[in-house]
Amino acid sequence: MNVNMKLDNLDKKKLDFVRVFKNLLLNNMVTITFVILCLIGLKISGLSIAFYLNDMISRIARNCFLILALIIPVTAGMGMNFAIVLGAMAGQAAIIAVTHWGITGLPGFLLSVILSSPLAIFLGFLTGKLLNKAKGQEMITSLILAFFANGVYQLIFLILIGTVIPMNNKVLVLSAGVGLKNTIDLYRIKYAVDNILKWSFPLTAIILATLALIIIMTYIVYNYSRVKSYNSKRNEKQDLTLYKFIKENTGQKLILYSIIAVVAIAWGIIILNSNSLINFVKIPILTLLCIAAMCLFNLFIVKTKIGQDFRAVGQDAHIAEVAGINVNKTRVTAIIISTLFAAWGQLFFLQNLGTLNTYGSHEQAGMFAIAAILIGGASIEKATVSQALLGAVLFHTLFIVSPLAGRNLFGDAQIGEFFRAFVVYGVIGLALGAHAWQKTRKK
Amino acid sequence: MDKRIIQILNDFGLPRIIIISFLIILLIMAFTLGIPLSDLLSAILVRTGMNGILVLAMVPTITSGVGLNFGLPLGIICGLLGALISIELNLMGFPALFIAIMTAIPIAVIIGYGYGFLLNKVKGSEMAVGTYMGFSAVSIGCIGWLILPFKSPELIWPIGGGLRVTISLTNRLDKVLNNFLSIEIGGLNIPTGSLLFLLIFGGILWLFLRSKTGIAMRTVGENPRFAVASGLSVDKYRIIGTMLSTILGAIGIIVYAQSFGFLQLYTAPMFMGFAAVAAILIGGATVKKASIINVFIGTFLFQSILVVALPVANKIMVTGDVAEISRIIISNGVILYALTQIKERV
Repeated sequence: MNVNMKLDNLDKKKLDFVRVFKNLLLNNMVTITFVILCLIGLKISGLSIAFYLNDMISRIARNCFLILALIIPVTAGMGMNFAIVLGAMAGQAAIIAVTHWGITGLPGFLLSVILSSPLAIFLGFLTGKLLNKAKGQEMITSLILAFFANGVYQLIFLILIGTVIPMNNKVLVLSAGVGLKNTIDLYRIKYAVDNILKWSFPLTAIILATLALIIIMTYIVYNYSRVKSYNSKRNEKQDLTLYKFIKENTGQKLILYSIIAVVAIAWGIIILNSNSLINFVKIPILTLLCIAAMCLFNLFIVKTKIGQDFRAVGQDAHIAEVAGINVNKTRVTAIIISTLFAAWGQLFFLQNLGTLNTYGSHEQAGMFAIAAILIGGASIEKATVSQALLGAVLFHTLFIVSPLAGRNLFGDAQIGEFFRAFVVYGVIGLALGAHAWQKTRKK
Repeated sequence: MDKRIIQILNDFGLPRIIIISFLIILLIMAFTLGIPLSDLLSAILVRTGMNGILVLAMVPTITSGVGLNFGLPLGIICGLLGALISIELNLMGFPALFIAIMTAIPIAVIIGYGYGFLLNKVKGSEMAVGTYMGFSAVSIGCIGWLILPFKSPELIWPIGGGLRVTISLTNRLDKVLNNFLSIEIGGLNIPTGSLLFLLIFGGILWLFLRSKTGIAMRTVGENPRFAVASGLSVDKYRIIGTMLSTILGAIGIIVYAQSFGFLQLYTAPMFMGFAAVAAILIGGATVKKASIINVFIGTFLFQSILVVALPVANKIMVTGDVAEISRIIISNGVILYALTQIKERV
């Protein structure tokens, strides 16, 4: 009997393991598929690591902000906010104004941040109000709203400028005096933030790793003093050792992190002293710091009152209402924050790109950001910062790689490009479908 | 008395009031600018016949409870495939039209069945999922147009690299229906053939909705719970509705192409679904309710605005694509309005 029980337990354990593994695979299907696709694509495209890194870093710096703008509405249960396009428009309107006035560099960029904010907040407020009227259909509504807003945007910048809104600028306005040109050169603001502080890739690795090591050391030293005082107070035979204390508190993670940091420093020093092309990969530190701040904001807002409200509303609007949360107001707030971040995100995007496609830059902003976060493993109900970051890397790898892979594989770069478009739409469709499927099954 | 007027206006719907007054203003402007009204009316009739069947494709999905069919590009791609095959077979005139439709229908039946099956799995989010199904279908279609083994020199680029972006239908399908029995009365040109075609299909659909299957489909759409209670398979009738819609989309694009004179491949079908959705909503349909009359009124009104706005805008403004912009604002504005009118299902 004993043996039988043991066997049962063993079976159970095995089954548990299989189930956990299976669940892990199933839950991360999309992400795993894309990791594999990206690796295959990288191999086929035959890109050099330096080129890939360079392209990837500028793309991450360009797009992360927009992707992160999607998280809060998801937490508030409103799904993917396709209407971040409106925020992007607010950013563009500000940058057009700043370019028109001829303000250059960082002041120009900061002024566009200041100008775009009230506009984005206002547009976000309107969007939130509209989405409150279409509860349960937020995503299709925000999608159509983005198209609608695009029409209004064209009306303003193609027709009203020069007829109703006076604007005398030969560089920006079309030769007939009405409407803005198709592309606007943003050389005045290009790299306004990116160029303030730039380190090469290995140098950044070394500095970041050293910083991490210092933080770990301080943590250990700080705890050592705490352990000492703890031991002296306790007066027990067996002292609590530092090793034990750290192990109990943070596990082996600290050791792992230190190893990674040391390896990174070693790698950085080796690369720095070689002629590797990776030395020429520059990293815009300030932009990445802004993105990091944004990540921290998304992590910490959950701990505040408003963040808890978002979660409550997202989990069950009815219960939240009963608990005394103003559901409609909370939802509007979520959309306002998202739209505001999208406006700033678009500014980061444009200062890196250096040219504004007046009638096109914003159009894809929402769709690409949403596809990216979904590839990273987010769903309509849950999206985290790490999913956003992972998604950004995977999505943009696919973007860099697929035309080249298409050319090498089929002799036609266009196939790769169409495949890329298919991935964008397909992933969004798949994610929406999978979510709806789960919901109907639960019922 | 006042209340009754308000009630009547409410029933009529705010967007329709705005659109009709906009149209009246446009017509007055066109008249004062000296644009010949007979030309405008001919163009309106041509475009009504051209777009009508695509709009008609919305009726089966709405009545079966699936909602607005944003995935219309799925059907459109089937239709394009049919038309391409008929050209590849070197057909001309009516046989070309007939074969195009006949080859498109079985493809549309298969695709429509799959699409309907999927939409059954995502009840409540059909519109968002459908939109992206349509978009992804267009991108798969793009890959397809690049690699499908068509041989006719009219279809492919002479230097290789897949099918052409736009394919001229001169001598093939061009104006086959439009010129059939067409009448000219004092400058007014009536494309009798395509209007008749639209009326015939409208009539068939009207009859179908009153057949046994059609009534069952309507019941499923209006009250799924009651339908289940009376032993109807909700999923089955929703699939039938989606299939019908996809078939009509396929036929619709062929009729559209014969009137336009060109087949537009690649990304062209992406937003055609939105125009059809907007048209039927302008005609007075809602997300839950639609009739054949809504299709005729909606297509006529929507196309009227597009047709009249273009010359008026060109006379007033030198630059800028006012007509295109007003199309974007009107069509999406109407869809937005309809979406805010849905009462949340509890």
